[in-house]
Amino acid sequence: MTVQTTTPTTVSPTAPTNSLFPAMPADNAGASFLIATYEVAARTVKKFIRSPQLIIAGTAQGALFLLIFRYVFGGAIAHTGSLSYVDFVIPGFVVTSVLFSGMGAATGIAEDLQGGLFDRLRSLPIRLVSIISGRVTADSTLLTWSLAFTTFIGVLVGFRTHNGPWAAAAAFGLCMLYGFVFVWLFIGLGLLAGSPQAAQGLSFLVFPLTFVSSAYVPVSTMPGWMQVFANHQPLTYMSNTVRLLAEGHGAEQLLGQSVGAYLLPSLAWSAGIVLVFVPLTVYRLRRS
Amino acid sequence: MHCLIEAESLSKQFGKVKALNELSLTVPSGQVVAILGPNGAGKTTLIRTVATLLRPDAGSLRVLGHDVMHESMAVRRFIGLAGQSAAIEVMMTGRENLSMVARLYGQGRQAAKASTDRILDVVGLTDAADRRAKTYSGGMRRRLDLGASLVGTPRLLLLDEPTTGLDPGSRIELWDAIRELGNAGTDILLTTQYLDEADRLAAYIVIIDDGTVLAQGTPGELKTRAGSDMIELHTRDLASLDQAVQVLSQLHGDEPAIDRATRRCSVAAPGGAQLLPSVVRALDQAEITVEDITLRRPTLDEVFLALTGHTTETAMPKERVA
Repeated sequence: MTVQTTTPTTVSPTAPTNSLFPAMPADNAGASFLIATYEVAARTVKKFIRSPQLIIAGTAQGALFLLIFRYVFGGAIAHTGSLSYVDFVIPGFVVTSVLFSGMGAATGIAEDLQGGLFDRLRSLPIRLVSIISGRVTADSTLLTWSLAFTTFIGVLVGFRTHNGPWAAAAAFGLCMLYGFVFVWLFIGLGLLAGSPQAAQGLSFLVFPLTFVSSAYVPVSTMPGWMQVFANHQPLTYMSNTVRLLAEGHGAEQLLGQSVGAYLLPSLAWSAGIVLVFVPLTVYRLRRS
Repeated sequence: MHCLIEAESLSKQFGKVKALNELSLTVPSGQVVAILGPNGAGKTTLIRTVATLLRPDAGSLRVLGHDVMHESMAVRRFIGLAGQSAAIEVMMTGRENLSMVARLYGQGRQAAKASTDRILDVVGLTDAADRRAKTYSGGMRRRLDLGASLVGTPRLLLLDEPTTGLDPGSRIELWDAIRELGNAGTDILLTTQYLDEADRLAAYIVIIDDGTVLAQGTPGELKTRAGSDMIELHTRDLASLDQAVQVLSQLHGDEPAIDRATRRCSVAAPGGAQLLPSVVRALDQAEITVEDITLRRPTLDEVFLALTGHTTETAMPKERVA
């Protein structure tokens, strides 16, 4: 059989008019760590910004909660001595807002894992680490937004710092650090939970942790056994650190301690959480 | 030229289920290859292992000459994957989705923009490019998903049950696109539960079940092995079904397969079209009215029956998607 083979560009009879491309042998280099992190983070942030229900659920709920504490319970809580209740509670509130928005990170990663998008990302020539760092970057960004918003509402309802702008800035910076730490915790827990519904259940962990701490009320009025837990858990160290930095003398008088007594344990807790949950997250994703 | 796939004693277990059971397979490159099998056969596990998403427990797998375990990054550079669920971000627009994937493949901004525009055109989503994928129909989402797997101009395209859940129109559109890609020289590995889909798209079919290869070859070879065309008829009532069965078995050596629930019976027709007129004549003489009578290819079930002695129904628990 003699077939002329000079024209290899045969188009199949079924081909639609928008002709496809020639097969270029692809050797995709893959995005660098920074670009991949940015792209993955941008996707998560866009998803959040474009989902009004997420913003309302997260932000407005926090604000409502704050108003209730400030105006409903606030008047009845009379053990904050040298510190007005609003100056007492807002630092605690800002710190704990980290947990409430962190829960979004847990459900977010659980959703990612269930949906197909995660598989696509993992089949691309980028390092797994950049997928994780993209997610962490996005969640930290969203968290900073929520911290700023909560602080703003706090100022609206009468919160003022009394220790100078630098200490206040340091307090806010520490909140961001704590937030970053909790993002890792929640991403790890979200991966362990497996499904978004299960990740929702983490609120059962968040509520006792936030309430049985010095975030909203002084620990001294709790029963003794509860004080043992409250005094040693990370949120108390974190709340008191931020409180002391923001309020200075008034807070020192109330707590009877200086910043260092809480700052170091809070950092130790932070380091501990990161040391446990970063390897856990990486391990869990590698074998998923 | 490297083989598309060289698998040796590939095994993967989920709990007690052996999804891949010492699967060995060699497939030459340069063609569209279909992995055909029922639910739970191990198709998805196999394609996910090829895509470097799963690490095999034992055995080895080379894709276009690269080991999936030790050179996974090299494999990822030349593959494009479209999984069972549309792997897109529905809160982003079609354009944003494609551009993100293009950037992640390592394309610069200009190149990513160019390939995004090109792929939008290829999958026919240019007009919907700036709408969020949330507003897309199921068929459009699948096309966007296929587009995302093409944006890096892969040498090997992996499609896991590409048309599952699509309406017939979208399915044909997708078939056309896949065929054209194959013609353009892209290697394609796809999984399907449907024999006709494998038949239409693939130059080479691998039938798997219980995590091992049952048979492989060109569609023609497999059909010869699996038996001939079938004559199937459908009657209006059960009485005429029984009569029709009698006529069929008289004309033909084999016992016809009968499905009383749908009042259908079928019989292998080795002579193909030649047998059909005589069946029709015989039915007419016996004055049996039939709703319809068709000459058709064997179904996957019948191929399975021929190859394994059991139908797909009896095969294995539900496939793992994880």
